[in-house]
Order: sequence, then structure tokens, then C-alpha cells
Amino acid sequence: MHLTSETFDQNARDALRDPVLHGALRNLADNFVERRRAAIASVDDWEGLREKARVIKEQTLCHLDRYLLQFVENAEKAGVKFHWARDGKEACGIVLNLLKKRGAKHVVKSKSMATEEIHLNAALEAEGIEPVETDLGEWIIQLAGETPSHIVVPAIHKTKAQIADLFVDKVGIEKTDDVDVLTRTARNILRQRFAEAEVGISGVNFGVAETGTIVILENEGNIRLTTGLPKTHIAVMGIEKIIPKFADLDVFLKLLPRSGTGQRLTAYQSIITGVKRNVTDEGPDEIHIVLMDNGRSRMLAHPVTRQSLACIRCGACLNACPVYQQVGGHAYGSVYPGPIGAVITPQLIGISKAKQLPYASSLCGACREVCPVKIDIPELLLHLRAEITDGTAGGAESNPQRKRKFTESLAFRMYGFAWSGPVSYGLGIKAARLMQKLVVRDGRIGKVSGFVAKLLPPLGAWTAWRDAPAVAERSFREQWRDGLGNNSQWSVVSGQ
Amino acid sequence: MKVSVFITCLVDQLCPNVGVSMVAVLRRVGCEVVFDERQTCCGQPAFNTGYRNEAQKFAKRFIKIFEESAAEAIVSPSGSCVAMVKHFHELFPTDEKWRERAGKIAARTHEFGSFLVNVLKVEDVGASSTGRITWHDACHGLRDLNIRDEPRRLLKNVKGVEFVEMSNADVCCGFGGTFSVKFPEISAGILDNKIESIEKADVCAVVSGDASCLMQIGGRLSRLDSKVKPMHLAEILACQNHLR
Ligand code: SF4
Repeated sequence: MHLTSETFDQNARDALRDPVLHGALRNLADNFVERRRAAIASVDDWEGLREKARVIKEQTLCHLDRYLLQFVENAEKAGVKFHWARDGKEACGIVLNLLKKRGAKHVVKSKSMATEEIHLNAALEAEGIEPVETDLGEWIIQLAGETPSHIVVPAIHKTKAQIADLFVDKVGIEKTDDVDVLTRTARNILRQRFAEAEVGISGVNFGVAETGTIVILENEGNIRLTTGLPKTHIAVMGIEKIIPKFADLDVFLKLLPRSGTGQRLTAYQSIITGVKRNVTDEGPDEIHIVLMDNGRSRMLAHPVTRQSLACIRCGACLNACPVYQQVGGHAYGSVYPGPIGAVITPQLIGISKAKQLPYASSLCGACREVCPVKIDIPELLLHLRAEITDGTAGGAESNPQRKRKFTESLAFRMYGFAWSGPVSYGLGIKAARLMQKLVVRDGRIGKVSGFVAKLLPPLGAWTAWRDAPAVAERSFREQWRDGLGNNSQWSVVSGQ
Repeated sequence: MKVSVFITCLVDQLCPNVGVSMVAVLRRVGCEVVFDERQTCCGQPAFNTGYRNEAQKFAKRFIKIFEESAAEAIVSPSGSCVAMVKHFHELFPTDEKWRERAGKIAARTHEFGSFLVNVLKVEDVGASSTGRITWHDACHGLRDLNIRDEPRRLLKNVKGVEFVEMSNADVCCGFGGTFSVKFPEISAGILDNKIESIEKADVCAVVSGDASCLMQIGGRLSRLDSKVKPMHLAEILACQNHLR
């Protein structure tokens, strides 16, 4: 069963109780965070490079229409056919049509978040075509009938033992804990699939406007085969993947692998400019690019949400996020989990279906700190939160009617009143001091339950895990009046 | 230098000793300290929960009150509340006048530790205490205000204490304002990693620059009956054991 964003809180609670997942996430955090740190140390001016990338992305997005046309024009000159898709359904339809027209029975696919986003596999399977995922992690997920839990390492939630069991079950090998045997098994099976495939489907990391080139990065060599071996190559790309110049790759190829996997460079970079020039050359006869909007032009419209489109899907913000490290990817109920997922998902599927996600962050800013293109994710989360409370959230719906959560908005109005001046503030504090007599023991508030927890749900939630401090007998302002304010010689000496 | 204290709600009501300590240290290093009793909240809880209209009211109130003060600096024992003041201008996207006023107030507002080191250029405030201590980087101080070395330098100059770095000192404690009660289980999961780091560092106190983190960390330490004490930077800098 696939989880949805609507039940994030429950998904998260379940994930927190899963010790296997916890172990996997701990490894991820330790390894990737460390590897990234080491890798960025090998760049002289990392911060300067990030700033360059941010500026390139921002300028491109501000003139996206122009760059897109330039990209299309140049790629068409090199023999690429283009298809425009307004949304995921259209994109899936286009791919399906291309496959049907070619009578394709065997289709291989390389890892691509754009195709995950539009659930392309499900759409094709419904029409009797089962594309084979050729990235090892994606293939494992496909065998298990699951969704990726990380945008770079899709099977990060699975242990070696679970994968071995899966192989025994699905491809009928003897049980083994030898990783080499497992990868060799996968490779042998996948080679077979490559050999028989009529069409290869891929995503795109960068589309270079100046040359009409598409660039795809990877480590396993399967993308090279997916895009090079079958007669037809179909690439699905979001309209935001454009960069203006070939030389800009210098910036992004330094940033992406270092941020994502802590590598200086991925093992393979496929740089594809059009179809083969001579019949004797290698490569496909036809290349089709499906340019997909699917909510992106809506994000483009506002300067804050526009930042979401700068994402190069490196996964660094997931690895660095304390929330992701606790609950993993599936809890988000979206192909885009973690901080960037909490930002993109509500904008893709509609905020009413992912209302909790913008709040699923402590706003610690670790994501912003590691993001290679300097997306201010906390700012975006705050923007979405404000849209939710204002009821102006657009998302995938048109002009939705929204109500603020009644109790919360009441609480904030009360707080607005209580803190509006010293008199009401003083009254509020006096009331709190009086009420806390019920629950304070030894100067602190332990676990509250029963009617107090019902009356004050936040206090119940807080004290389920932590003691709460009592309101002080003499506040700072009272102590100031008591004499702290008068005596300029006053000083404190207190032992530790 | 004349300094106006921005005390913050949490310190005022829940841990006033932090404010008292800050006043003591500021005076010790030669500041004249004033406090405007009309001040209330900076509006951070509203802002972070998406209630921008409410947050804007708080911001205006704050700006008006502190504009009247002749103090050169506004100093606060909380990185996150100072960061909120630095965000004020965002609440007036179309109001140039208020944006400007917000900007001026923000420029005068400093987090306590950063004020000592970067404005007053003081790294040794003449404090002394005992025991082994470590530092927890509060997220907003670290990532919004870029405060990393300042508190460490101040702590290393406290006579009689041994300062140690714990692992993952710069990782969030899981507080996150309303996040801590909206998703208490996740918040507590993050917190327990922090507690593990603190316990591994084998210290008698964990020091930080934000009362909110200390409430989160301290609340869990207290629940677990830990021997480790949560302390605010101001509290340890106020210690002068050698004078006892
Ligand atoms: S938001 Fe930034 S850090 Fe996160 S995946 Fe995108 S580019 Fe990477």
C-alpha cells in the first residue's frame, strides 16, 4: 500500500517505530553528510560556486520562455522531436502513444524523478507495457512493488538482507548475503532486457539551450545503455531543467555529484546532442523529448515559489534534514520527500492534499545550508504556511475555499490580544501562574494527562516527552522593578 | 555603551535568571542597561505558523517601542528572536516606510554573545566556574545570524571550566516552535539524538544561546533524570566563582 501526504503524521509515527528503517537512515545521514563534507572541501570557492549556480538558475527561470525556445530550436536542428505536455496525464499519454506507434513490447527505463512524479510506470502497465527499471535501486523498488524513498538512493530504506530475500522470492536465486552475487544477478538479468528493448526512456538532468544538448548523470552505466542501445530514446523532462550555456555545466557538474553522493564526478555523464549523424554511428535513430509543465509554470509565477524550480535533485537537503533522518521518505507520501518534497509536493498535488508537509520542519535551516543552488527552503515553507492560514493557497486547485484551523486561529488571536500590551500581558501571566499550581511539582511540569491534557493539547503533547518549566514566581520585568533596574552596580554571582 | 534589553517572552516568564545574568554581564563589561517594560513578544510564533497579519502587528509594536529608545544597541538573549527582528521587513512587502523602519531596528539588534564579541570586542568577561561543558548551536543563531565562533570563544575564556565540542553540536534539537507540539514524536526523536551527543560528551552542563532549545533539551534531561544541567550562555558568563 502506498502512503499519502494527507496522513503524514500517522505515517511518521509508524516510521519512527520501525527499527530497520532507523538503522538505514542513520547510515545514510552518517555516510552522505560526511562524504559531502569531504567532497566540497576539494573545491576552492564552494560558496562562490553556489552563488554562481543560484544566479544562473534565477536568470534562466526569469526568461524561461526564451531559453526553452532556444533549446527546442537547437535540438530540433539536431534531429530531436519535441512534445509538450501540460500535465502528467498528458505526458504519460504522449509516451504511451510513441510506444504504441512503434509497436514496442520491451521498454527499458533509467532512473528519473520526472517519470516518478507522473507515475509513468503505472500508466504504461495499465496498457500492458511493463517498462523495466535499470538503475539497481529502482529495479529493487520495482521488484518490491514500492515507491522510492529518496530522490538519489531510491532503495535506501531497504537492508541487504531484505534485498537478498526479495531476489530469492522474485528472481529465484539461492539465498546469499554476498553483495557481488546480488549485483551480478541484477546485471545479468538487466543486460538481457537491454538487448531486447525497442525503446529506452530516461529523464534529464540538464538541457543546454545554446546547443540543444541533454545531459544525464549516473554511476552504473545503465543510462548510457538506455539512451544508446534501443532504436528509440524518449526523454521526459520538466521545463525547469534548462541551463543557458554549455559552459554552465562546469558549475553544475561540480556541484551536483559533490552535494548528492559526495563524489567529485559521477562515473558516467551522458551528453547527448541529437540523433546519430551517419547510419554507421552508434545511438538511437530517433530521440523524443517530452517537455512537461505539470504545475511548474504556476510555481514560476511568484518570486518565492519560483525558487522551487531551481532544484537540481541532488538530495543533499534530505540527507541533512533532521526530520527526514527520523521518518524517511515514504512518510511524506510523495515521490519528492524531505525538505524539498515538503515544498514541491503541496504545489504539485494541491495544498489541501498535503497540508501537513509545510509544517513538517523545525525550520532549522540545515537544508538551506547544504543546497547547492541556495534555495531558501525555510522561506518557502513559511510562504506555504502563510498561504494555508490566509486561505490563499493555490496548488493544483482553482480558487479553493479554505478555513483556518479554528482552535489554532483562536489561540493565535488570544495570544495576539494577551501580548498586545503590558496590562493584558500581565493578566495572562497571572492566570498562568494560578493555573499551573495544578500541575507544577518541584518547579517543573511532568507528564500531564486527563482533563488538563484535553484542555491544553499543546501541554499534553509537550509533556508526553519532556518536562515543562514552570512560569517563574518573579518574572524578569518584576525583578527589574524590584531593583534590578535601579542599581547599576548590581551584579550576579551564582555557582554552576 | 547604552544597551536596551529585548528580553523575549520565554526568558521573561520562564527563565528570568537568564535575563538577570545577561544584565549583570553587560554591566560588568561597562554597558549602561535599560529595559522598556512595554515590550512584549516579537511575533515569532505567529510568523512561523503562517499568521502573517498577527506577526505584523507584533512587529509594528516592537518597532515603535524600540524606536523611542536612545540606546545604541538592542541586545537579546535569544538568537531566534533576534532573527525574527531581522525578518521584520518581510512582513511589509509593499510598505516602503515600514520596511525602512524595520531595517533600522534590525541593524541595531544583536544576539547577546555576538554583541559581546563583534560589537564590544570582548571575549573574556571575567567569568569563572567549574566542570566540563559543551555548546549546542541554536539553529537560528547559527544559520540566520551566522554565530558559530563567538560563544565558543567566550566559553573558552571562562576560568576553571573545560570546554569540549560534542558531536553534531550544530544539528537541530528538534524544538522548532509549534513543530514541537504539532509533531511531538518526531521532535522527540530528533531531541534524543541530541541528548545522546550530550551524554557522550560527559559534561556537567550543556550551554546554548536560546532559551527555547534549553527548554527542549532541559525538559528531556529533566525527564530522564540526567545529571547534565542546561545553561544559557549568559548564566555561565555571569558566574564568578573566584569572587565567592
Ligand atoms: S532543494 Fe537543493 S539540496 Fe534539495 S535536492 Fe534540490 S538542489 Fe538538492
